[in-house]
Amino acid sequence: MISDKPHHLRQQYDVVVTGAGPAGMAAAIGASEAGAAHVLIIDREREAGGILQQCIHQGFGMHHFGEELTGPEYAQRFLAQVEAHGIDIITDTFVDVARSDKTLKLMSAHEGVRVISAGAVVLATGARERTRGAIRLPGTRPSGIYTAGVAQRFVNMLGCLPGTRAVILGSGDIGLIMARRLALEGVEVVGVYEIMPHPNGLNRNIVHCLHDFDIPLHLSTTVVEVHGRDRLESVTVAPVDDQRVPIMAQAAQIPCDTLLLAIGLIPERELADGLRLRMDTVTGGPLVSSTMETSQDGIYACGNGVHIHDLVDFVTQESLLAGHSAGDSLFGRRPPVDNVRMIPGENVVSCVPHTISTDREHTVYLRVRRALDKCAIRFGEIYEKKLRYVFPAETVTVRLTPRFLARFPGGALRIDILPRQGARGDEEAA
Amino acid sequence: MRYDVAIVGGGVVGCALAYALTRYQLNTLLIEKACDVGFGTSKANSGVIHGGHHSRAGTLRGDLEWAGNRQWLLLCRDLGIGFRQVGELMLALSDADVPVLEEYKRQGDARGVPGLTLWDRQQVRDDTPSITEDMVAALYAPTTAVINPYEACFALFDHARANGLRVALDHAVTGIAAVQDSWVVQTQGGDFEADFVLNAAGLYADEVAAMAGVGTFDIHPRKGEELLLDKRLEGIVRHIIFPCPTPISKGILVIPTLDGTIMIGPSAQEVTAKDEVTTTMEGGSEVFAGAQRLVPGIQMRDCIAEFAGLRAIADGDDFIIGTTVAHGFVNVAGIQSPGLTAAPAIAERVCAILRDEGLALRPKTTFVSLPAVRARFAGLTTEEQARLSAQDARYSHIICRCEGISEREIIDAIRAGGNTLDGIKFRTRAGMGRCQGAFCAWRCMALLAQERQTPLHTLTKRGGGSWLVCARPEEPS
Repeated sequence: MISDKPHHLRQQYDVVVTGAGPAGMAAAIGASEAGAAHVLIIDREREAGGILQQCIHQGFGMHHFGEELTGPEYAQRFLAQVEAHGIDIITDTFVDVARSDKTLKLMSAHEGVRVISAGAVVLATGARERTRGAIRLPGTRPSGIYTAGVAQRFVNMLGCLPGTRAVILGSGDIGLIMARRLALEGVEVVGVYEIMPHPNGLNRNIVHCLHDFDIPLHLSTTVVEVHGRDRLESVTVAPVDDQRVPIMAQAAQIPCDTLLLAIGLIPERELADGLRLRMDTVTGGPLVSSTMETSQDGIYACGNGVHIHDLVDFVTQESLLAGHSAGDSLFGRRPPVDNVRMIPGENVVSCVPHTISTDREHTVYLRVRRALDKCAIRFGEIYEKKLRYVFPAETVTVRLTPRFLARFPGGALRIDILPRQGARGDEEAA
Repeated sequence: MRYDVAIVGGGVVGCALAYALTRYQLNTLLIEKACDVGFGTSKANSGVIHGGHHSRAGTLRGDLEWAGNRQWLLLCRDLGIGFRQVGELMLALSDADVPVLEEYKRQGDARGVPGLTLWDRQQVRDDTPSITEDMVAALYAPTTAVINPYEACFALFDHARANGLRVALDHAVTGIAAVQDSWVVQTQGGDFEADFVLNAAGLYADEVAAMAGVGTFDIHPRKGEELLLDKRLEGIVRHIIFPCPTPISKGILVIPTLDGTIMIGPSAQEVTAKDEVTTTMEGGSEVFAGAQRLVPGIQMRDCIAEFAGLRAIADGDDFIIGTTVAHGFVNVAGIQSPGLTAAPAIAERVCAILRDEGLALRPKTTFVSLPAVRARFAGLTTEEQARLSAQDARYSHIICRCEGISEREIIDAIRAGGNTLDGIKFRTRAGMGRCQGAFCAWRCMALLAQERQTPLHTLTKRGGGSWLVCARPEEPS
């Protein structure tokens, strides 16, 4: 992927987007479509595309383009649009701090240290991977323990391998993809271990990445200790009870020199913290309105920097909205202020956006606490919809239309996901 | 070459000895088994420069704590490293603890430690509202400070090298033999002859002493686990928070580190193996519970890293510093808490011992000072950053996103001797932030590979068998 560096970085832009991944590129395109004349995307990587650059597998774009693309292909399509819109991209550049007055301090080898200002800012900073410290994995501190994304970087971009015999902890999609990738490279993949009783990745990845390569998936099992002084030598794995407490009597030691952690993503929050944005303690990202505006005027956010998405296609959709809103705000085009606060209720852990308006249509993204078959989602007293199943690893996406919302006077709207009354076990088996 | 002095061990004590001795017209050698200095117990130290009132009078630990405290302030300025006098609050959690605080105050007052003050409950609450309500009083000690122990090791070591220290890293000592009027220190990498041998081998000081035929003590490793918390908690405490100590332990502390993170710990557990630095669920939970007892707002979810280190406890529970029946073999052993604090004072004492033993200490007329390493790019003003960036564009190329470490700083660390990923990490902080190297580890590896003109798969995390990646097999042609 090639990105042209602007010859002259302007001092003032209409919209500045931090991050040239799928979120940032879509937001910039959205802003440009809304009429913003000078849009800048800043990214700290050498090339645009964000994490898609290292996702060389297929599976991107089915929703947005109706075809299966690789990560770099998906990114390239947006990069072409970015260039067609005349949007500036500056890469290899670090946004040190963004301020409430919409100035940003940049650092790069080619630009030095600069402060630029914007009419609106879109934070599209993406996510980072949870690390060993986040899960308290006891044992020694040898080399050979990597997050799955770092291992992907080694294999797909740096042309080296993380080790020779790997255990993967966590069945998130990156872990599944890496299980297959390592197997293809001749690394022995001992197995994927998942503490939950269900996998955390998409079903298609379970089939294509594990089953097709005879890589075992051990559910309700986790790594309880790592061993090895210099390099990782083995891990102890143990099944867990229904309280997720390891059953040490059934523990086993597995020789391996590599442990990949695929234990989840969390929004990158440095810039949001610097701005003192109001944050959602569950998603880890900023609170956003229905226009993807944060708690500060003119500061928008989108993509995995707000909440973790299942598919890049949904990132694109949300980010186009954020960019449009940022562009519109420059011209004083602001929709009526949101009058509904979304309140996660029974079996709902998070809902994005955090507020909506009763006068127009919204797509809301929810996460559930536990799996349920044949259930219903209820929005207060105004709307109920049947769901075949819900699953913690999968976002529940619901479109809310003014047809229902108009019944609601505004205020707090509680969302519950409940078992359906009288649902029979085989009702929707077909 | 026959050295005047060979120091065995490159922890903070060995580095402080090297720094002190290279001020004199001597040929000094430092021998270290690891690939870098400070990679043993010193690396896992919590960085507290104790206030001067903690250790009992009449012990070496007590005598050298206060002396060391006073030396670090000036030493850090000379070395150009960070030193922050954050002060400490020792909390009484019940009325029964109050006499203990008073005893510590008397102990410090008698030694001349200034500023020790008993605070009542309200004073403590007004000063640090995050401290537990279950507290009845505190002893405030303004003299307590924090440094970065590994930064101190590197700075002492770098200055000593710039002033003529000879170095044998990756050289584990295998034997020590007396030959006529000198010593031969045998290592895997060759033999070294020296008039004096300083045994600063930390956990292995008992074994090194035994090699010289003076194995009169044992070192018992005592493990301490520590947890590092996210910078989000910066400011939750302003001072180091101590519980009221018990006879066996200083207890679990809450430490505002020099770099803005919060460190909690250490636990204290006797172990048998000298490389038993595993972290455990129980140890981590004990540390967390201990910290929460002092500052209830601390959450486990803020933990970004856990690690463990081993204190080197000698028989008798005090430092062992002095000559032995083997002339020219000097022990600097059993340097447990407050060893970091005492290190400069220990070095001073050892110099005096060497002089008494007949070594001529003639000061050098010139001593090379190195530029401060502490002026981190991230901590400068925008104007200063712009100026540096204009001088060298690599200053504004950020490699570690969490800590804002620039390419130039990484290169400087590599050129200063950072040969491994940990060598870079502990010299620059790259990889110590909340992403724990997910973003920068491969970038640092790439820079190291480029500087050393070597492929990625030859690099290690910290020497030995700690390889990082392997080469992809050749494609069949």
